[in-house]
Amino acid sequence: MTTEPAAQGALQDPVLSSSAPRDPRDDAGASIWRVAARRLRRNPGAVIGASIVLVFILVALLAPVLAPYGAGALPGRAEIRPTFIPGPSADYLLGLDRYGGDLLSKLIWGARASLLIGVLSTMLGLMGGALLGLLAGAFGGWVDTATMRLVDLMLSVPSLLLAVSIAAVIGQSSTAVIVAIGVVQVPIFARLLRGTMLAQRGQDYVLAARSLGLSRRTVTMSHVLPNSLGPVIVQATLMLATAVIEAAALSFLGLGGGSPTTAEWGRMLTAAQNELEVAPRLALWPGACIAVTALGFTLFGEALREALDPKTRKG
Amino acid sequence: MVRLILQRLALLIPTLLGLSILLFLWVRALPGGPATALLGERATPEAVERINALYGFDRPLVEQYLTWMGQLLQGNFGASTRTAVPVLDEFLQRFPATIELTLLALLLAVGVGIPLGYVAARHQGRFLDHTTVAASLLGVTIPVFFLAFLLKYLFAVQLGWFPSTGRQSPSMLATHPTGFYVLDGLLTREWDAAWDALRHLVLPAVALGSIPLAIIARITRASVIEVQNADYVRTARAKGLRGPRLRRRVVLRNAMLPVATTIGLQVGLLLSGAVLTETVFSFNGIGSFLANAVFNLDYAVLQGFILFIAVVYALVNLAVDVSYGLIDPRMRVR
Repeated sequence: MTTEPAAQGALQDPVLSSSAPRDPRDDAGASIWRVAARRLRRNPGAVIGASIVLVFILVALLAPVLAPYGAGALPGRAEIRPTFIPGPSADYLLGLDRYGGDLLSKLIWGARASLLIGVLSTMLGLMGGALLGLLAGAFGGWVDTATMRLVDLMLSVPSLLLAVSIAAVIGQSSTAVIVAIGVVQVPIFARLLRGTMLAQRGQDYVLAARSLGLSRRTVTMSHVLPNSLGPVIVQATLMLATAVIEAAALSFLGLGGGSPTTAEWGRMLTAAQNELEVAPRLALWPGACIAVTALGFTLFGEALREALDPKTRKG
Repeated sequence: MVRLILQRLALLIPTLLGLSILLFLWVRALPGGPATALLGERATPEAVERINALYGFDRPLVEQYLTWMGQLLQGNFGASTRTAVPVLDEFLQRFPATIELTLLALLLAVGVGIPLGYVAARHQGRFLDHTTVAASLLGVTIPVFFLAFLLKYLFAVQLGWFPSTGRQSPSMLATHPTGFYVLDGLLTREWDAAWDALRHLVLPAVALGSIPLAIIARITRASVIEVQNADYVRTARAKGLRGPRLRRRVVLRNAMLPVATTIGLQVGLLLSGAVLTETVFSFNGIGSFLANAVFNLDYAVLQGFILFIAVVYALVNLAVDVSYGLIDPRMRVR
């Protein structure tokens, strides 16, 4: 199922809806998330962002119902001429593409492909990064040093270029794109989680828990980690925007595999490149879809950041 | 300052060493290995063996790595497995195009982004501010290659104001002593060639520069707003400093630190974006070179490219750190 990564994991309900049942043992944590949820509902940016994201998720989920034609169908094949691509009509609301595919159907199926790639790659990056960050933040010492050197190495090359070369080496498929974008996100999450965990470790409540005789592992896993997750979740939401754009970029460069008739926004832009003079709408629509999806994730992510930031919190 | 630079250059060595090991292992960890990728899935075992022997892929890993490293240290980045052209030659031939493009884009981003962010901050909460914030949000979320498409369609295809592809019109039989086409035109006094090259640069540079521009404007705005309300600005005002003198010497100067960091971070974005922008405008820089290497699975080129970019990236970040010292005297002490 396609859901946004912010909704994966234990913190999903308090973030997105305040009506969800909360774990009574985690009262202090819950109140932060409850306050955040209230602030999000009052923030127009958050509401717009969440609405955009929700609409696209629904479109992706309901693609078989919504799309007039199948994912790879070329219903208008007979109507295509070398110099003429039929525009919008009653049969094809947004017109046809060069191969006779229905643009609207391809956009709808494309939402599914693009969101899935974005979500899966961000989940991959989040999990990998959280693991590395947790290792570094929890153990410290040489584990920390080694992990952070690895992170520095990965950050020493611009992320998209690294993703391009990873995807190129793995092979041209959507899996390659997911892995490449996920791997590139790993150092970002790792560094972020480690940083926030280190900052938390110096807090009084950690000292209090330790002096109560709790083991290091308990303190790390049930006190430090939950309190360090806020920035990571914010970053994951913002990263979804980047992932959708980067996925489209890799597909655009031909790294996503598939044929020119594949229903994926980035791939559609590649195909539209040659038709810019004949049918600019073929580039406009998928491009706008990518930009609006990214806008939705960015708006929501930034609102979430504001909502969780104690400095800007007014209640 | 010199010590800082030397220190940072020394730190670059382990980074590059580590990166080279990663790159080396990662290409060789693939199923089939480079020979299969080069010849295709249906290659005969004999052909694979021949390629392996030719490029040394059959030697022990450590030996392969040391050989490669030795070559790198002599400035030999290997040769393309497709065309046999040395990677470094091709880079040096194409890099000026990308430098020209990214520099112009950066110039645009900084030259427009900082004033825009500053003006928005001065008009905080008013129409101009809201417009800037909204526009910069859009700038952050629009994919660079889509923006390139839009510009190409609007200003090249529809209006015909600018050429849509290439670095220079083929009819310009210009000479190129440096490879920087605009500079070449100026040096050889072929003004029309320089002008033509510049016209080819405009659309790609605007496309590439827009996103960094949006980010720089946002950061400048936020930073100026923060500094405007800082205690030391109030103190300066209380001591009688006013008008442009206050804004230039106190507000702007203090607000520039986070902006300098941001500009440094944009270089990665610019280099990545250049690959995409060059593809859309068929601009013959290292971007399109990488795109070709990707299609042909040219490992030598990919490895060399990544290392090359890492060096460029590290040097740029060093330059940014050095610029801190110029902006903020406090940094010079350390």
